[in-house]
Amino acid sequence: MAIELKMPALSPTMEEGTIAKWLVKEGDTVSSGDILAEIETDKATMEFESIDEGTVGKILIPEGTENVKVGTVIAVLAGEGEDASEAAASAEAATSDEGEQQPEPPASSGEQEKSDDEKDAIAPSKPKSEPKSDPAIPDGTNMATVTVREALRDAMAEEMRRDERVFIMGEEVAEYQGAYKVTQGLLEEFGPKRVIDTPITEYGFAGIGTGAAMGGLRPIVEFMTFNFAMQAIDHIVNSAAKTNYMSGGQMRCPVVFRGPNGAASRVGAQHSQNYGPWYASVPGLIVIAPYDSSDAKGLLKAAIRSEDPVVFLENELVYGRSFELPELDDHVLPIGKARIVREGSDVTIVSYSIGVGFALQAAEKLAEEGIEAEVIDLRTLRPLDRQTILESLAKTNRLVVAEEGWPTCSIASEVIAICMEEGFDHLDAPVLRVCNEDVPLPYAANLEKMALIDAPRIIEAVKKVCYV
Amino acid sequence: MARTAKTRKTPAKSQQQGGPSDDSDFALHSLQEAFEKAKVYDASEDEMMEFYRQMLLIRRFEERAGQLYGLGLIGGFCHLYIGQEAVAIGLQSALDNDKDSVITGYRDHGHMLAYGIDPKVIMAELTGRQAGISKGKGGSMHMFSTEHKFYGGHGIVGAQVALGGGLALAHKYNEDGGLCLAYFGDGAANQGQVYETFNMASLWKLPIVFVIENNQYAMGTSTARSSAETEFYRRGTAFRIPGMDVNGMDVLEVRAAAEVAFKHVREGNGPVLMELNTYRYRGHSMSDPAKYRTREEVQDVREHKDPIEGLKKVLVDKGKSEDDLKAIDKEIRKIVSEAADFSENSPEPEASELYTDVLVEEY
Repeated sequence: MAIELKMPALSPTMEEGTIAKWLVKEGDTVSSGDILAEIETDKATMEFESIDEGTVGKILIPEGTENVKVGTVIAVLAGEGEDASEAAASAEAATSDEGEQQPEPPASSGEQEKSDDEKDAIAPSKPKSEPKSDPAIPDGTNMATVTVREALRDAMAEEMRRDERVFIMGEEVAEYQGAYKVTQGLLEEFGPKRVIDTPITEYGFAGIGTGAAMGGLRPIVEFMTFNFAMQAIDHIVNSAAKTNYMSGGQMRCPVVFRGPNGAASRVGAQHSQNYGPWYASVPGLIVIAPYDSSDAKGLLKAAIRSEDPVVFLENELVYGRSFELPELDDHVLPIGKARIVREGSDVTIVSYSIGVGFALQAAEKLAEEGIEAEVIDLRTLRPLDRQTILESLAKTNRLVVAEEGWPTCSIASEVIAICMEEGFDHLDAPVLRVCNEDVPLPYAANLEKMALIDAPRIIEAVKKVCYV
Repeated sequence: MARTAKTRKTPAKSQQQGGPSDDSDFALHSLQEAFEKAKVYDASEDEMMEFYRQMLLIRRFEERAGQLYGLGLIGGFCHLYIGQEAVAIGLQSALDNDKDSVITGYRDHGHMLAYGIDPKVIMAELTGRQAGISKGKGGSMHMFSTEHKFYGGHGIVGAQVALGGGLALAHKYNEDGGLCLAYFGDGAANQGQVYETFNMASLWKLPIVFVIENNQYAMGTSTARSSAETEFYRRGTAFRIPGMDVNGMDVLEVRAAAEVAFKHVREGNGPVLMELNTYRYRGHSMSDPAKYRTREEVQDVREHKDPIEGLKKVLVDKGKSEDDLKAIDKEIRKIVSEAADFSENSPEPEASELYTDVLVEEY
């Protein structure tokens, strides 16, 4: 049968073009790959190649013709053993039959698309997440006082003992014992195969860690601070977060990226930034930012066990703080569940990471003045526990978000949006946010103090929403 | 030795243990020299017929993909492998598929076909259908087959090199004897993370073969206009990675080079950098007007260096008849037609697929 050569589209948006030049003539023998014609649009010129073998029967659209619609039969090719002239004749008959009819549209447009649109109009409902509750701590469990630093180290050591695939890599994690001593003692126990010092090469080792996770290992990639992870953010976002989706669920990437995040003390603008909102905006990532030792340990263990890529944001200023931690064989906490760290009935303060400390200080002061604040530690920034926020809002009807980070496009912005969308009827006052000043963090001690959040500013905001 | 004295600048440096710079017998040219001695792989007739069949499958598949793109059935970016077939076939035929892994960039159709993955599910991915290998959610640039240890399909130029380093780290960590074959282009060869990976791969002696598919153009910019060192096989020198300069238009030469490189890596000597000199006949992607090179240049490569025509000549010289080869062509056309029909007629993904596979677990 004769093969109809149709006007090709140079791009899915092209509707018509010019046949600038025919490079074959009737009667020519062509094989696949031969260039038949040059097609031009206002944007580009492209060569039109044959993908079939045969003899050019009839050229139906002469060169120089403009506005040739995509899909129009522009020539016919006689296949092997066919008479080219017959093919031409039958093609001519076919085209004259069609008369003025529009060429057949591509399958992806027209009627079919309409029916697809109708089908898509019944939008699927987004799956609702139902966060699990923290496991009950058995009566009589001894509570040890442990620093956040030790809790994190213990979490890694326990998981490395439990699973041979778990290893840690990063700058100074092995012989130096960690730039902030979080990996203290790990090299001694697990050896250099599983505690790997890397060169100063964040983009490279983040990629290697991500690739190792794709290859079936369970890497913990430590960034000396998350400020340096900006060089590696491509692998965190493009390689780790998206691959499961892009592969239709085939590719796993169970990697944990962890390290200190947020402002430290007097280290200047480039070393002082909260990346929580950045990573929390990315579907495919889990983002955890714990405050105390128990959450740091329980959630890091959960992060290492997770099949999903996790960004685990610590805080240098909190590493040395001591908190109670239940002495359990296996202290694992649920990802995606916020925690009410202080109950109250008058107002809700939502915070995470170092901000929780300020929120608790503020709540104590407010209690002296007769205002009982409920303090929520989000713990996980993605997926965000909307339920706990909204339930508290329903109880207190007033809400303040306290975040050590910039205000614009922040976690605070997100919490406020949730309150507007889903908690509007419960609001007795506008939701306020207490964030860092919207400036790069200054070095000078007085300016730095002015730029960062603190308890007095949270108290002020709480009083505003309580109208006192 | 004078050389030792010269390369070890300070006493402190010479006292350091374990790094690749300790290997005083290291010779960057050793692999190229071994390869020069036997440049043509001694393939059996069956092997050659199989190479021919596989290269032809890629060629015809890609031609059809180009056609489907023109008809609006394939959208977005679509990078064809036409002209480069000998690279994927020559290299991947030398892999141990039970152990070795492969990773590449976005010009990935050929590498998947080289595994013998069903052309139907590849074409259906290109048309964005549920039956596609990524359920239609990846597209041309994002295809994977963990079953075959093929790890994609990556759209950020150069990212696959670091990821490949990670796959190699996993091979070494698990002591599974496998190696990672990491492909990238002459364009990606100028990305910083490639050299970060070279450094760590050499430092840690990772089992990885870096393959630069030098098709002469990074999109529309020729290597001469983009690269200070256009002899890409030399690019590992600063990291003490031996390089190999290979004619990527000759499948038997590619395979011979692969034998040398893979042996070196499997013996625990760390990475090898192979430059495969090749050529893409088509534009960078389907929407490339190709104004940066002349038609004569493309035509010259097609006429004189085409990998499929080249192997065809060898086969004919060995006594294969035109009919034998025609029969293969016919079979391939049928396979590709079926794949195209399948990809056009398969349904699009269910709307509910929008929300699946974002995360593996429920939280």
